Amino acid sequence: MTTDGQLVAHLTGPVPGWADGDDGEVVGRLHARLVDSAAGAGLLDVAYRTVATPIGTLLVAATPEGLVRVAFDVEGHDAVLEAIASRVSRRVLHAPARLDDAARQLDEYFAGRRRRFDLAVDLRLASPFRRVVLEHLRTIGYGRTESYATVAAASGSPAAVRAVGTACATNPVPVVVPCHRVVRSDGTLGGYLGGLDVKRALLALEAA
Amino acid sequence: MRPFEAVVADHGPVVLRVVRALLGPADADDAWSETFLAALEAYPRLRPGSDVRAWLVTIAHRKAVDRLRASSRAPVASADVATLAGGVEDESDEAVAERDPALWAALAALPFKQRAAVAYHHVAGLPYAEVGALIGSSEVAARRSASDGVAALRRTWAREEAS
Repeated sequence: MTTDGQLVAHLTGPVPGWADGDDGEVVGRLHARLVDSAAGAGLLDVAYRTVATPIGTLLVAATPEGLVRVAFDVEGHDAVLEAIASRVSRRVLHAPARLDDAARQLDEYFAGRRRRFDLAVDLRLASPFRRVVLEHLRTIGYGRTESYATVAAASGSPAAVRAVGTACATNPVPVVVPCHRVVRSDGTLGGYLGGLDVKRALLALEAA
Repeated sequence: MRPFEAVVADHGPVVLRVVRALLGPADADDAWSETFLAALEAYPRLRPGSDVRAWLVTIAHRKAVDRLRASSRAPVASADVATLAGGVEDESDEAVAERDPALWAALAALPFKQRAAVAYHHVAGLPYAEVGALIGSSEVAARRSASDGVAALRRTWAREEAS
């Protein structure tokens, strides 16, 4: 005799192709369809993907305006996505194809084949002063460095050296906006959100 | 509030089972898509602390009712059992066997309220009070619909096992 429990177990069993961690065709197809219709309806506020690089797996997120966040492993990608959901929009979907261009440019950069990023950035996660600093950072060329003091002067606030340090430390789009090119006046590295090893690796890559 | 991607990952499978139970696999994919697109639109307005699964099932219910009204179609015939079980091509024999086509066909043949009560209570885990609110019944009547539905399914299923 069949029990209700067995019967219910059958009804609640796994949907084939959508088991945990399975990128089977049901989940892939329905999720991809959701991303497409969301984008078509103007509801894909934030698309994200991950990109494997020599400095670890980067989380890359974009709004329709441009790249809004690049995050290192050490930041915890789940925590970063939660922060994006509360500060930008809860309408966040994993949509790798929407970030193919960013992923390709990052690949080229880490392979030493790209010296500047041709990507729109959305700096809404930075305050107005920090935005001015970040815009200036985009003008520091590949393989070059500037001191925090120089950046402060260039940003119109020569006394704001510490604030420049904070702007760099909270850069929402590191690597693409090259805060790793800002070092101390005495030549030491200063800080870096992704860790000093990562900053050293990026500067070494660009010096090669 | 969690990113919508986490909502899809956490509740996508159960919503798919619910709409399969309500509509059969042929229409389930479209109903799932409509449900999650509507949910994505409304998600920023969802109050913190809400029961996300119950909220999604409510949306799925409305989408399913719309579809049934629009097509006012006959229950899926048992000749469609193979389709009912699938909706996905190139699946393994094992997967088909696990799906238990007879059970899904029997589900499709139930009156809508019984089918919905089974789906919302047994598949989605909603309490009977909420099931009743969705299908326009009292809590007691919702409980009876679900138990009648399960009894009918058990008869069909037992017959299949015996044959």
